[in-house]
Amino acid sequence: MIREPNALDVLYLIAAGRWTLALTALAFFGGGLMGILVMLLRIAPAAPVRWAAMGWIQAIQGTPLLAQLFVFFFGFAIFGYRVSPWVAAGVAFSIYASAFLAEIWRGCIEAVPRQQWEASAALGLSFPQQLRYVVVPQAFRIAIPPTVGFLVQLVKNTSLASTIGFIELTREGQITTGATFRPFTIYGIVAVLYFCICFPLSQLSQRLERRLHVAR
Amino acid sequence: MIYQFNFRDVFASIDMLLEGALLTLQLSAVTMAWGLAIGVAGALARSWGPPPVRLAATAYVEAIRNTPLLIQLFLVFFGLPSAGIRLDANTAAVVALSVNLGAYATEIIRAGVEAVHKSQIEAGLALGLSRLQVFRYVVLFPALKTIYPALASQFILLMLATSIVSQIAAAELFHMASILQSRTFRDFEVYIVAAAMYLAMALMFRALFALIHRLAFGR
Repeated sequence: MIREPNALDVLYLIAAGRWTLALTALAFFGGGLMGILVMLLRIAPAAPVRWAAMGWIQAIQGTPLLAQLFVFFFGFAIFGYRVSPWVAAGVAFSIYASAFLAEIWRGCIEAVPRQQWEASAALGLSFPQQLRYVVVPQAFRIAIPPTVGFLVQLVKNTSLASTIGFIELTREGQITTGATFRPFTIYGIVAVLYFCICFPLSQLSQRLERRLHVAR
Repeated sequence: MIYQFNFRDVFASIDMLLEGALLTLQLSAVTMAWGLAIGVAGALARSWGPPPVRLAATAYVEAIRNTPLLIQLFLVFFGLPSAGIRLDANTAAVVALSVNLGAYATEIIRAGVEAVHKSQIEAGLALGLSRLQVFRYVVLFPALKTIYPALASQFILLMLATSIVSQIAAAELFHMASILQSRTFRDFEVYIVAAAMYLAMALMFRALFALIHRLAFGR
């Protein structure tokens, strides 16, 4: 039976927003850990290691996230694992985020002037020591604005998890639309909710970036 | 249980996927043209327009950049009919993708426009060009040259994002892949092959954009 949308629907949509946030956090955490590893491999002194990392990044950045989601969703099943949408989405989004974060962070590492590397090498620091004590502390500041910017992309892209049955903001919107048949109203509200999450983050990213430019 | 990979069924219907890839290329090309047009107009409005126009352009950019493409697509395809605008899936896909890309392109091109030195604009005005002529002849080309790499990678991201319009059953590669999946039940194989085709297209676009860069801006 088709019913009118009411205040409770809005409340349910807001409540579903927390799963969007939870998936974003999971992807950011998993993707961040993997991203650090990929980034380190990407700047490693040994060339074959760098190529492997580059291949990984190319493969992830060159295929649609939707395809990655489906490959992981069905991929677990063929190895005999029956996984929940949580696991499939968490793994797929972490892998997706790892490639992008690795590239962003590599850019930040490379933005640190070459002389800093040379000076620390001249002081007898090893490669890990150079990273740990000289380069990363400087790159960290540069990395914050684009990382926050990527977080916005991540929040928006979690909407694709709805396609594998993960219940978050978009999926809840689809369910509510099914019950009320008011797509314009419901998706409008969903869009506003996404905007409420993303807009402060993008503003923060821009402000941080401006402050960084002033400081330098 | 050891899974037996079976690509035979997929390759038996590879024509379907190739046709889908062609549709994706078509859809991407049309959207890129629209997105570029909207982007140039938006950049002009955002940095050179009168205040109300500026505000409208900023609102457009922020609204699009802070909401998911999937929701924008649903609003166009499922939402607009209640406002009396009924679009078929393919048209809705082009509209939603163009509007989406247009916002990103606006922001990118605006950055290039603002990087053009003030003295260039003043020189143009001093030569008696109108503001629009200055934008057209003095600002636009160097601006596009500056931001070309950013725009090119945004275009490639767009090409990958066209897969999302499969959710409203618009004709493109991912939609074809899901039809093939429902026929063969070879989920994993179908999507791996589709992903490989997207990768090939992304690399192709990258090469094409590099070529255009060489031809248009020279070296």
